[in-house]
Amino acid sequence: MGEFKVHRVRFFDYMPSAIRAMVFSTRTERLALARADGALEIFNFSDNYFQEKVLPGHDGRAVEALCWVGPRLFSAGLNGEITEYDLENLRPRYTVEAYGGPIWTISVNSQGTLLAVGCEDGTVKMFEVLKERIQFQRNLDRQKGRIISLSWHPSGTLIAAGMMDMIRIFDAETGRATHRLLVDRGAGASKSKEVVVWSIAFLSDHTIISSDSAGKVQIWDGLNGTLIRTHLITKWDVLALSVSQDESSLVAGTSEGTVVQFQFISSTVDRLDKDWVRTRTFKNHSHDVRALAHTETAVVSGGMDTQLVVRPLLDKVEKNTRESAMRKVSFPHRSLVCCAKKAGLLLFQFPDHLELWRLGESDGYGKLGGSLPVKRGPEKLIQLKRKGEDHICCSALSPCGGWLAYSTVTSFRLYRLQNGSISICKVSKLPKDLLPAHQLCFSTNSSKLFASSSNSSVVVVALNELECKYLGTLKAKYGCRQPVHQLSASDNGKWLATANTDCEVHVYNLDKLKLHCTVPVYGSCPTAMAIHPTTSNLVVVHADQQIFEYSLVKKEYTEWSRRLQKQGLHSMWLERDTPITHVTFNPKNPAHIIVHDMFMFCIIDKSLHLLCVSLLEDHSLVVVERPLLDIVSQLPAPVRQKKFAT
Amino acid sequence: MVEHGDIRVVRRGGSKINFRQPVITNDSRLLLCASGHSVKVFSTSTEECVHELRGHTDLVTGVVVKPSNHLQAYSCSLDGTIRLWDFTDGILIKTYDIGYSIYSIHTSAFHKGVVFTVTSTISDKKSESFQLVAVHLPQSGDQLVKAPELSAVISDVSSNPGAIVFGRGGEYIASANGLHLEVFFFKKQKTYRFFLKKDTKTGGKNTFMCVAAHPKDDCIATGHEDGKIRLWRNFNHQKEYTYSTLHWHSNAVSSMCFTPEGTNLLSGGVESVLVQWRYNDVSQRDFLPRLGAAITHIAVSPDGALSCTSHSDNKITIIQGIKVSAVLQGLVTGESVETDLMVDPRSKALVLNGKPGHLQFYSLKRDKLLYNLDIVQQEYIHELGLQQFKVVKVAFDASGNWMATVEERKQKDAEQELNLKLWAFDEQTQSFVLNTTVADPHESRITAMCFCQAAASQTTMLISASEDGHFKAWQLRRLAPGEDDGPSCLCDFVGAYRGLVPHCCCFSADGSLLAVSFQEVVTVWSPASWELLATLSQPPKAIRNLCFGRLSCSKYLLGTTDDHLLCCWNLLTCSLEWSTSMDISLLLGDPLTENIAAFCCHAGSTDLFVFKPSEPRPVFSLKAVCSGKVTHAVFAPREEMLESCEESSQWLNHSQLYFLTQCMDLMTFTTKAEEEKLMASSKQLLIDDSVAMTPFYLLLGKHRKGESGAAASGESAGRPPLPQGSGAVKELLRTPAHVLPSTSFLCSMFVKSLLVSVGDARSVESKPAEEEMESEKEEEDSEGDMESSASRPERGSLARRSAEPAAPPLTKAQLRELRRVKKLDHSWLTGLLRS
Repeated sequence: MGEFKVHRVRFFDYMPSAIRAMVFSTRTERLALARADGALEIFNFSDNYFQEKVLPGHDGRAVEALCWVGPRLFSAGLNGEITEYDLENLRPRYTVEAYGGPIWTISVNSQGTLLAVGCEDGTVKMFEVLKERIQFQRNLDRQKGRIISLSWHPSGTLIAAGMMDMIRIFDAETGRATHRLLVDRGAGASKSKEVVVWSIAFLSDHTIISSDSAGKVQIWDGLNGTLIRTHLITKWDVLALSVSQDESSLVAGTSEGTVVQFQFISSTVDRLDKDWVRTRTFKNHSHDVRALAHTETAVVSGGMDTQLVVRPLLDKVEKNTRESAMRKVSFPHRSLVCCAKKAGLLLFQFPDHLELWRLGESDGYGKLGGSLPVKRGPEKLIQLKRKGEDHICCSALSPCGGWLAYSTVTSFRLYRLQNGSISICKVSKLPKDLLPAHQLCFSTNSSKLFASSSNSSVVVVALNELECKYLGTLKAKYGCRQPVHQLSASDNGKWLATANTDCEVHVYNLDKLKLHCTVPVYGSCPTAMAIHPTTSNLVVVHADQQIFEYSLVKKEYTEWSRRLQKQGLHSMWLERDTPITHVTFNPKNPAHIIVHDMFMFCIIDKSLHLLCVSLLEDHSLVVVERPLLDIVSQLPAPVRQKKFAT
Repeated sequence: MVEHGDIRVVRRGGSKINFRQPVITNDSRLLLCASGHSVKVFSTSTEECVHELRGHTDLVTGVVVKPSNHLQAYSCSLDGTIRLWDFTDGILIKTYDIGYSIYSIHTSAFHKGVVFTVTSTISDKKSESFQLVAVHLPQSGDQLVKAPELSAVISDVSSNPGAIVFGRGGEYIASANGLHLEVFFFKKQKTYRFFLKKDTKTGGKNTFMCVAAHPKDDCIATGHEDGKIRLWRNFNHQKEYTYSTLHWHSNAVSSMCFTPEGTNLLSGGVESVLVQWRYNDVSQRDFLPRLGAAITHIAVSPDGALSCTSHSDNKITIIQGIKVSAVLQGLVTGESVETDLMVDPRSKALVLNGKPGHLQFYSLKRDKLLYNLDIVQQEYIHELGLQQFKVVKVAFDASGNWMATVEERKQKDAEQELNLKLWAFDEQTQSFVLNTTVADPHESRITAMCFCQAAASQTTMLISASEDGHFKAWQLRRLAPGEDDGPSCLCDFVGAYRGLVPHCCCFSADGSLLAVSFQEVVTVWSPASWELLATLSQPPKAIRNLCFGRLSCSKYLLGTTDDHLLCCWNLLTCSLEWSTSMDISLLLGDPLTENIAAFCCHAGSTDLFVFKPSEPRPVFSLKAVCSGKVTHAVFAPREEMLESCEESSQWLNHSQLYFLTQCMDLMTFTTKAEEEKLMASSKQLLIDDSVAMTPFYLLLGKHRKGESGAAASGESAGRPPLPQGSGAVKELLRTPAHVLPSTSFLCSMFVKSLLVSVGDARSVESKPAEEEMESEKEEEDSEGDMESSASRPERGSLARRSAEPAAPPLTKAQLRELRRVKKLDHSWLTGLLRS
């Protein structure tokens, strides 16, 4: 199978952004994650931790805190605004100015009726959650010093606020402060520095747990306002806290990159009185742990080193299963690279610019497995900066290399590239129906552009030298509201397949511009799909690693697909923790399907009945690599720690 | 071959005191520890051994204080018995016979009348596995009780007693073995098992090493191979158990212990640092560093005032608070005894490698370390793989005035560093003082070194043989107080033979001959003229050991070769007298008699033969002395000669043979009579319970008994009354001062005891004194040496012994004559006559 030439591309210096905040909704089993560049990501934990949605960032928006209110997502940031997001159209819905300076924290009561935000000027502001918007209700007693963290008592009558050097407990109804808990400063030289209560948790038994910049996790009696116990867990800051739903376990993230677990355990077997005891320590990060979430079965942590780590708690899951393996999400679950097959061009998508590269060439015939002499090195042709403050959401390059398109949440741009040269010009006249898109795709002959927009619809635009013409909108059946995240056109230009985050896969007939069929809905989200050039079979790979093949002609699953389902996939395949991000076919051998995920390539040979898993090469295959070490080397230096024997 | 049933191999003196966890009694005044075949009771304040509880016939494997009576203690042994002792008086109360070898013992206050022991499972012997067994001790008044009621509690436990612990008042027992932890709750009769993976991805090693249980909370601490400590909680759930990890140790945690209130956790390991963790705030810890050697056990007294740590160098450190208050040091036998066993002629102490870079002087008689002598005089750095100076050879001259040591350091690629140091005995400080250092005495490592053992002259000769193919003779001269200049050590002669490597060297008893073996050739030199007198050879293999015969056999030279041959050459004819095929690992001559001991390795175990070179039949032989090869042994002269008339045990009369087994246990041979004597002295403790048992009582009680016995038998046997007075004095002087009553109280009785039979006591006592004076005078006459007094009484007694049976009333003149005859060593003549 070694009949491929491989371009090993290592010039895509993609740099993910640090994780700033995260919040987990047990109701929807979804984790919302905010990055330092303002981008938001939604992970579906019930569907193999698949990154379902990505909301591109915005230059002026730095998200400091996130909050789920039922299915609605709110964020607050240092720009002093509260934003609600439209998760169907992947864009902010509206923004409310809090008028209290930068906002450090946001918290909702357990009833989901009131949002409290903590502001730089020392006020806690209450917002009423209405159906379509939020409305300012009132201020609690204004304090000196900023409010860093907030936590509601589950009853909704009390709220605890972490500040500089102290914790205040407010009566949520009267707005009066009922208790003032003074937090010790660090010992020694840091005695003169104010201590910051970075995070706070108010438990139903009126226990308050605080974490602060002196490295302490403190447990307070909220009724009497007394300190029960102090755990010194680091020399640096304890930045994040998260309590499990049943309030029996608690995790704290430190600047050293460790996550420390505390458990509520009775000291002897037959007694009932319990105590918070420090138990496990997880060290999965090299830098600050800024955000934490404690789900039922796992500890989710993220921080400056940009990785999202899901660490299962082994006492809550079955051992040696897929759930018990630790996961690290370091790259987005969608492709940021677009390859013009005919022209040998590569398009890299960054949040704020696009890069167009020409691949290197070689004329020699090297040994199998050896490296070929390079005749012409790779060349960076264009670096295209985006306009406006919104970050790039999606981009595409036509197979002939003549067209380039990208979209932000507010605008859509199409460029014409002169053949082989470096000139680029913007296509100014665009049809009005071409709205900002979630996903872009060119047809194989580069004559059509498909752009997915709201309500799972796809706009089809015909392109030629002179103009671009609106051909029509492909609409799924009524009621589809989720955004389309996968588009795939067939090589013969007849079919277009779309997949949305509701797990629906629609296939359209491009000749008639009509819905051809809908693939039966499978319970897991499609992560990659492609239409076979000769047999017109649609291959779909789902987040739970299942592979289906659907015949578009017969409108049914193929024989191979049925057999595969009957036989089941190998457990090694099922236990992989990164989703398949791309599917292509081997032009030389139509029975071969080539798939890849973050770590590996794989050929699925349909003529054989089992999966032959092997690293593979293709005669013009492009491998874009991004070693994790490069990312780590670009991170800022972590806090200094004394390591043993250094 | 003759088998001798009455000679046994025993541990006596120098046994390990760090074998098992020591126990501190409730009042923190005494410390009990298993030591060889007995249990030793030490005072925690004076470091003195108060009692030695003898009775077990095999290795003692555990000591615990009886939970229901804090003045009694159980001990268990491999001989299959549990013994109950009153340790304050040193009385054996009861013996429970279990019938199986016991590896450790555990008790808890929760279980009355039950002790828990670890025995090996009988089912299969190959892969030894152990089980924890509950033993119901029957209530009975008898001394020896059989305990038939055994019930298994946990199977597959570790034989290490530190891996089993009772938790919170004995409600549960935790046992760790290999990679799993097992907790058994007695009330619910339920077992919970927790498993760990062997290795973690980050290179941690999870094997359990030791366990400790919190006395108040349900928390078990386990120590692991990679130095982590895990605190287990919630272990009454199979799934929702949890643990936290503490990590300070860089190597395996070998022992842990909670303080009685549970406020602190003590842990220790190879780092020889005692770490004290606060239970409530594990980020705070205190250290007690530089304890000298790896910690093997930790124990805390029941009141929490004292803690003690056992160390791998056979030491127990008693710690008060976080300060060392006392050190009990036993004989250090590390992984290798490079210096071989030696006996200091002056103090009769055993000399061997002790602490790194030190020599230890250990008194076998008192079973006490006399002192450590720093030879290397450099700081020892505790780091793995570091090459440091090691003392590899030590030799004493006959009088004990000189000691020579060789230290070497093997650098990785650079050449060897060698130092020959000569130490002179200083009368004022009563220890050896460095006299001369010879840097690089040879070009390569020294293979053998010996002093001329002949009677001291002005100079002493030292021979050192080296791998560089030479042997050198060094002349040592003690400087007179006036002269400062001039070296005290001179290289007198450098000898070589055909460029071969010398391996052994040996002086004849009178110092007139030096034998040096060059591979398969033995060369005999005259030290006076440095003439090569003769060569003896026994090809094809190299000579391993060389030994001259003594006294009547001094015409013989014995040697062993690598191809298992024992050869005996006659030096008068320079021919092979006899040879026999034996795989002898060690050949050793008794310095006081003609006897030669040979340790012979045969089928995985070692046999001992004691023979005289002139006689074909061995004097004594014992098969399977111990398993493995014996490479270190020494004849230690006895202080008082044993009167044994049996032929087979006569060779033990003058000196005792000590040897080191492969697992570095010091063993010796004992006769039945000797054992009985020892037992009798300990049995005396049981005679009369009505009087308080004090050493003073013992002394006077014995005295009184002797008196009455003498009175009873005085007329009938006509035996002169024994010199009880001197015995009492001896006893008095030997008893530590701190246990004696006040002097004023003692004085009158003491004086009276001296007065009782004044005439007899004088006649007996004055005679040896006179003799000694005589001998001193005589030696002064002949040699004018003042310093060789240490060996003199020995020689005097020797002479006396040989004289006494023949004709007791010898005149002084006759005695002197006899001694001179003895000294001249006519063995040559007799040998000549015989041949």
